[in-house]
Amino acid sequence: MTYAFVFEIGLAALLLTIATWAIVARAAFAAIVAFMIYGLLVGIVWVRLFAVDVALTEAAIGGGLTGMLLLGAAARLREAEGSGERPGLAVRLVAGALCVLVSAALGIVVFSLPDAAPTLAPTAMANLAQSGLGNPVAAVLFVFRAFDTLLEKVVLLLALVGVWSLAPDRVWGGVPGFRVYSEPSSILVYLAQLLPPIGIMIGIYMFWTGASHPGGAFQGGTVLAAMWLLVMIARLQPVPAISQLRIRFLLVVGPVIFIVIGLLGFVFADAFLAYPAGYAKPLIVIAESTLTLSIGVTLGLLVAGPPERMTQQ
Amino acid sequence: MTLALDIFTLVAVAAGSFFFMAGTVGLLRFPDTMTRLHALTKVDNLGLGLIVVGLFPRAEGFLGALKLLSVWIFVQLSGAIVSQLIAHVARRGGRRT
Repeated sequence: MTYAFVFEIGLAALLLTIATWAIVARAAFAAIVAFMIYGLLVGIVWVRLFAVDVALTEAAIGGGLTGMLLLGAAARLREAEGSGERPGLAVRLVAGALCVLVSAALGIVVFSLPDAAPTLAPTAMANLAQSGLGNPVAAVLFVFRAFDTLLEKVVLLLALVGVWSLAPDRVWGGVPGFRVYSEPSSILVYLAQLLPPIGIMIGIYMFWTGASHPGGAFQGGTVLAAMWLLVMIARLQPVPAISQLRIRFLLVVGPVIFIVIGLLGFVFADAFLAYPAGYAKPLIVIAESTLTLSIGVTLGLLVAGPPERMTQQ
Repeated sequence: MTLALDIFTLVAVAAGSFFFMAGTVGLLRFPDTMTRLHALTKVDNLGLGLIVVGLFPRAEGFLGALKLLSVWIFVQLSGAIVSQLIAHVARRGGRRT
């Protein structure tokens, strides 16, 4: 029994405790805070499993951005909350039975997994050199399974369209009603002035280093989104109207360039999203840098929410 | 020399862990938001600072140590500012602790 083993058991116990807390907490706010802590702890678990790329994404998205989205949702639901009515016995029984069913199904699936999971990792590592990248995760994302990555980015845009479609017709194209939780104080403004230059540099570094080390467009984009949100919360910059051409351009530039590069694959290589020999790395860097920008703007606007008014306040 | 460095790491990291423990006890036992915040920010400062200093000899060269140091500085910065914001909210309205 090593120290690492003890640490891992402790981590697993903590994870289960936080997960239980997130489920049983009555107030939405407490449940969301538990969920964010859960995301950070899962990030540590991924580090222990040597999946640093996943850990970064989990900490940024699971711990940070999803938490902010949920907090926004809870703020919106505050008016609806507190009716105090408990659902009837039948509803509770059905809900309980369904939960047990889902858990049992998941349990059966997990326990019936083959001991040695089928893996393509050796094949990916063997062909790593062809991709021109040093980080096998980036190679899988942008070379071997580029189509999945493309769809993932498009899904993000679709999610934003879904959020925007909640707006009533009269404010379509207007300014998102970003729920700000308190009046900006001088200390918040100070942070919003101090942090973004460093944060933007870290975001770009995360994307750039993603080619050969853990990191990438998603992690970098999330950091950029966080910096933008900070500046908007401190009201140093207004929340932009969603009809602005500049915003629309930034949202689609990444996916569009990725698709164009993919289509060029038909001409210069032999398939969609195939890179001509020797040009893989520069093409990936072009696609990834614009994707970082698009992801940042998309995530920021997702948190800002649907448009609620036509003009700046 | 390595032995001395190892002892230095051990002592500094152990001292840092002690501060974290003390801070956690404070967070659990102190009566209101302000005192709890006080416990938390002290931990960020001293506990993490001691751990970072203790890990310097094991960092990957000068750049590695610089990264560790910047982690400490950013945690301090965000900790100090976030605690200010929480204290601000706690003083203005919600006395729910």
